This record gives sequence, C-alpha cells and structure tokens, in this order.
Amino acid sequence: MQLPPAVHARLAAGPGAAEPLPVERDPAAGAAPFRFAARLVRFPREHEFFEEGDVQRHLYLQDVLTGVAGVPERPRVPEFTCQMAGCCQVFDTLEDYEHHYHTLHRNVCSFCKRAFPSGHLLDIHILEWHDSLFQVLSERQDMYQCLVEGCTEKFKTSKDRKDHLVRHHLYPGDFRFDKPKKAKGPASPVAAMQVPTEAVGDDGDTMEVCSDHMTPPPEPVGEKRTSRHRIPSTICFGQGASRGFKSTKNKNKHQ
Amino acid sequence: MLSPRQGLLRPVGCGVEELRRRRREREAALRRARREQQLVSKRLLRDDTPEEAEGGSVASILGEAEIQQFLWLAQRGTEEKEREGALVSLRRGLQHPETQQTFIRLEGSMRTLVGLLTSNHALLQLEAARCLHELSHSEQSEVAEACLPATSYLLTYLAGHSSDLIELCLYTLGNLIVESEAGRRQLLPQGIVPALASCIQSPHLPVLEALGYALSQLLQAKEAPKKIIPSVLASSIPQHMLRLLQPGPKLNPGVAVEFAWCLHYIICSQVNNALLITHGAVSTLGLLLLYLAGSVQSPEDAGLELLVCPVLRCLSNLLTEEAVEAEGGQVQLRDERVVVSVFILLQFLLQKHPSLLPEGLWLLNNLTANSPSICTSLLSLDLIKPLLQLLPVSNVVSVLVLTVLCNVAEKGPAYCWHLWPGPLLSSLLDTLALSDTDVVGQSLELLQLLFLYRPEAAQAFLQQSGLQALKRHEEEAQLQDRVLALQQTALHR
Repeated sequence: MQLPPAVHARLAAGPGAAEPLPVERDPAAGAAPFRFAARLVRFPREHEFFEEGDVQRHLYLQDVLTGVAGVPERPRVPEFTCQMAGCCQVFDTLEDYEHHYHTLHRNVCSFCKRAFPSGHLLDIHILEWHDSLFQVLSERQDMYQCLVEGCTEKFKTSKDRKDHLVRHHLYPGDFRFDKPKKAKGPASPVAAMQVPTEAVGDDGDTMEVCSDHMTPPPEPVGEKRTSRHRIPSTICFGQGASRGFKSTKNKNKHQ
Repeated sequence: MLSPRQGLLRPVGCGVEELRRRRREREAALRRARREQQLVSKRLLRDDTPEEAEGGSVASILGEAEIQQFLWLAQRGTEEKEREGALVSLRRGLQHPETQQTFIRLEGSMRTLVGLLTSNHALLQLEAARCLHELSHSEQSEVAEACLPATSYLLTYLAGHSSDLIELCLYTLGNLIVESEAGRRQLLPQGIVPALASCIQSPHLPVLEALGYALSQLLQAKEAPKKIIPSVLASSIPQHMLRLLQPGPKLNPGVAVEFAWCLHYIICSQVNNALLITHGAVSTLGLLLLYLAGSVQSPEDAGLELLVCPVLRCLSNLLTEEAVEAEGGQVQLRDERVVVSVFILLQFLLQKHPSLLPEGLWLLNNLTANSPSICTSLLSLDLIKPLLQLLPVSNVVSVLVLTVLCNVAEKGPAYCWHLWPGPLLSSLLDTLALSDTDVVGQSLELLQLLFLYRPEAAQAFLQQSGLQALKRHEEEAQLQDRVLALQQTALHR
C-alpha cells in the first residue's frame, strides 16, 4: 500500500480540516433495489468482529513472562544496615531495603510501635487505641469506621464493625488487621503486627498458630495416607477461627 | 515495557518449528475459547533465576511431607535465610500442578501461607506472595479458588507502599478475578474498585501496568456491564486512565496498552460513554492516534504497536455516540491529520497484522459516514488509490473498502467528480469478477452511486465490458435486482 509522500508531511504539519465539497444528494441514490446508506457502525462486546484482535491480545498476555514472582535480577550494592532505631536488618539490594522499610517502618504507630500495612489502617489504629477523646465520643456517637476504603459506614462498637466487615464486605471473621483492643496484659495476642524494637525475629503472635504445639514434622512414612485421623502437628488452626473458603477439604473431615 | 522472555515453561532444546506449532495451537485454542465466549488468559510473572535455569529443567514435584517441612521451617525456622529459603523452595515446587494439588489439599496450608503473607517479615511476606501468585495462575480452578481467602489481605496491601508487593498482589488479583465469578463476587464487596482507584495514583510504572492488567480482567467479566463498570465509571479511575494514555515522552507503552484495553472494554459495553467523552476521551484518543501514526514508522517504538488495536476500537465506537458532537469531538476528528494517521496505520497493519485491517477500516467508515469534510480530505490528499490497493486482501476488507468509497460517493456529484476518471472503475470491474456476494453487492451499490452522479463513468463502464461483468451475477438471488437495474441504467445513459 503506497501512500502519497505528502501524507507524512501532512501529519507533521499543524491541525486543519478540509473545506468540504458541496453535498448534493439525489433521492434515487440508494433507492430500491439498492440499499446503501452511510451509517455509523457500532460493535458490542462479544461481537465476532473483535475475534482477531482479542486473540492477539491474549497471546500477548500469555507470552509475557517477566521477573516478579521470581527474584528479579537486581543490582547488588555493598551490604548496609537499616537505619531505624533498633532494627539491625542487613540488605544488599535497594529494592529489598525499600520493601522492608515500607513493610516494617513506614506505617508504624509512634505510641506502641506496631506496624501496619497502610496509612489508612494506622490512622484508624491511632484513633481507636491512643486517642482518649475517641473513647469519650464513641459513647455518644458511632465512631468505629469501616476498614474498607471507600466505605463510609461507622459503628458503635468494634464488634459491630467486625460484623459489618464480615457480612457486608465478605471479609474473613479473623481478619488479622482488625484485632479489638484488649485491656489485658502483653501476653495476649493483640497486635496486628508487632515490631518490638529489640528483636525483629519474633513474630509468634502475628499468626494464629498455637505456639506451644509446634514440633518438627514426622519423618516421611512409607505408606500412603488415606485417612486423616491425625492432623499433622505442624499445621494447626487458631481456636475457633473460621476456615474461610472451603474448597478442597477432605470429605472425611466434618466441617 | 514488559519484554517477552522465555520462561521456565519452555523446555530446553525446543526448536523454532516446534515453537511455531505451539503458537498455532495456542492461537487455535484462543479462537475456540473466544467463540464460546470463554476467553480467559492469566499472566504469570516468573523469571529465569540463575539457579533454576542451571539444571535445564524445572524444580521437582513436592510431596506432602516436603510441603509441611517447608511451611514449618518458614514459620519456625531460626535463621532468616533458612526461613526464606524454605519458602523459595516451596514456591519452586508450586510451579508443578501436582504440587499445587497436594498443597491445597493439605489442611491449613493456605492458612499458614496467609499467615506468612501477613507476618512482620518483609522478605517472607514477599515470598509468600509469590507462592500465592503461582497458585493463582493455575489452570486448575480449584487451585486458584483455594487462594480466595487471601483476597482481603491482597486488597489491604494495595494501600501500602511497597511497590514490589503491590505489583505481585495486583497480578495475583488479576488472575483470581478472571478465574471465577465466585472470586469476583467476593472482591467487589471487599472494595476492589476503591482500592484500585487509590492505587492508580502510584507513580511506579510496574505497579501501574499490573493494575491495568487486573482492571482489564475485571472489566472483561461477563457481568461487568451491569455489576462492575458502573462503579468503575463512578470512581476516579477513568480520569486516571486517560491521564496515563496521554501521548508524549511520559507515555509508557506497557502501562498504556493495559489501560487502552480497559477503555475498550468499558466503551464497547456501552454503559455510559457520554461520561467518558466529558472526561476528554475523544481528545486523548485522537491525540494518541496521531502519536501512534508518527511512531509506527520508527523501529524503536515497537512497544506502541500493541496500542493500535484498542485505540482504533475505542475511537470507532465513541464516534457512534451523540455526545461526541456536543463536546466538539467531531470538529477535532475532522482534522486532516486524523484521517492521515488512519492511513498510516492501515499501511502498518497491512505489513504487520493484516488480520487487523478491518479494525482500521471500521474507524475510517465511522469517520467518513457523516462527514463531508473528511470525505473531501480523502479526495484532496489522494488517498483513494491507496485504499483501492487494499481490495485484494480479503473479502471482509473488500466490503469495508467499498463501503468507505460509498460513503464518499453518496455525498453527490462534487465528490464523484473526483472518483472518475481514475483507478476506481477498473478496480470495480475486478471485484465484479469475484464470487463473494457481499463484495459484489457492495460493488453494485457503489456503481449505482457512480452512475447516478457521474454519468460518464457509466459509458466508460460499458466500454470496458462492464455488461459482461454484470452478467455473471444475473442468477444470484441477492444480486439479481440490482444487476438488472444497473444494466438498464448503463444502457440508457
């Protein structure tokens, strides 16, 4: 297909429309048995006209494999330590440090040092846990905000909020970033995520794993397991926690 | 821009012929899927890490005990590296469908993984997210659906700040979205649209590309026009999408491609295109069209090619909206550079993707149908001849070319005056030699207009054995009446 050379020059030049030639239609045009009429054409979603382009789009999606789920090749730098007080984590790539910082130091409560996944959750935490005015006001009005971004509902108690999260937003009943504030001592698992200033290694409270029952897995046994009378001791659920989505649980197990 | 790289899925020692054969198979499978309206593709992000590529083969399948071991180590290991290493091993094993099945059948495994995902160990968190991502990509729906308990956390992390984690979460969400309606029914009340609306303000390109992917999957869902698109349109997402499609040095092809497809899915669902037009969609897309025409000619901008198809579709469909007139869109699109761009892109498509020519011609139809100015441009810029050069490509293309020519001819004598003398008549005689009824039918329509507004052309037609050409189709039911009418017209001039 050969385009006249002036065409490329026209593209580079400025805007401008052609002065239209006069339009003059004869009623016989497109009259029976002819049927032509100039018409705008519109194609809806599933129209077969789109087949070609859609197939090419999906070939692109399938073809593209890049490094994110693997560890991407990142330039290594001389080892350095996180500068936050009390954190001695060491890094040799900037991206690892960035992720560490954002996860553990970015949204940290200055009162209790807990880290949160987002500024939004941190703000709610500070309000509900460290703001004495909040307690006072919450007796008179609904102060517990829904955690879901975009939802403006507020509730009288944190339990009401949790019910709303579960029923309306289909959140899991044991959503880890919605722990009610407990008046009890430090032994109870209250934290959303705890980042004690001394040690980075301790995360026993963040997951609802029975920390006392942990034993190494048994040596692999020769026979095939056909029934599940013994729950593997490595895996254990929080007490009474809901299972969330039940998809492929063993049919023998009573749900 | 994501560049295609050979991943672990390609076995070592695969020849070019084999690759081509597989591609053809995949293409055929995609076509079948589309015809059944089941077109679903997931994106897997996986890299050729040196250790994995070494053995020349993928990691081995893991059994129950090994999975338990790795999970236990990840949770309870004493050394950082040991814990991370355990999850890395698990992740590699999860590349296997068998391992995936074993994993999801293991009681509490997903729970533990989610626990690791939400732990206060940054790198464990990332590895856990990678494991989830692997699972989300599975073709076995029960495996992907086993990931659904994690969605509230994936969404929560979208509001965080670690771009690595956010990117992973987005691709995982995208895979889960496309997997099942159950997943989407959960994600919508969990607030995926507001979460995406916040996240789209991120300055990180990989995050934006991932978001575009996830959003495109959401918008492609069957129930999208009723259940998803209205809330997307009500959010700030459309404005941000258009912002990310603005042409210029900041335009990122990988990001733009995803959002161009998002825009297409929204527009062709015809929920509220007027709203998009008020946000400046026509203006942005028009400028983008010009930009694409300018860049397809240079080899460096290879990534922009993928934008051509969705941009053509968006503009073509938007042109059918009444709101275009109100926003001055018609005026902007009358700019000669627009029609010039279309032709440059048609030329590009002919070379690289001839099967997409109909899409470009569709836009040309919608541009010319009601616009004397654009039809005049076609004539004054000497574009009829290049258009005729497309006739032999295929029947579908022929019909569209002839339709565009009819759009020009039907505007009257002043237009037909420029159509003859010229190459048009002999091209029409050639098309009359074909047997496809649609092509011949459209040729007859054009001939009628030509004879009506340019009688001299009828004479020339006779002299070039036009009557014999017509005679061929006298028996064809769909063409008879028109053939007869033309014969009479030609003879009585």
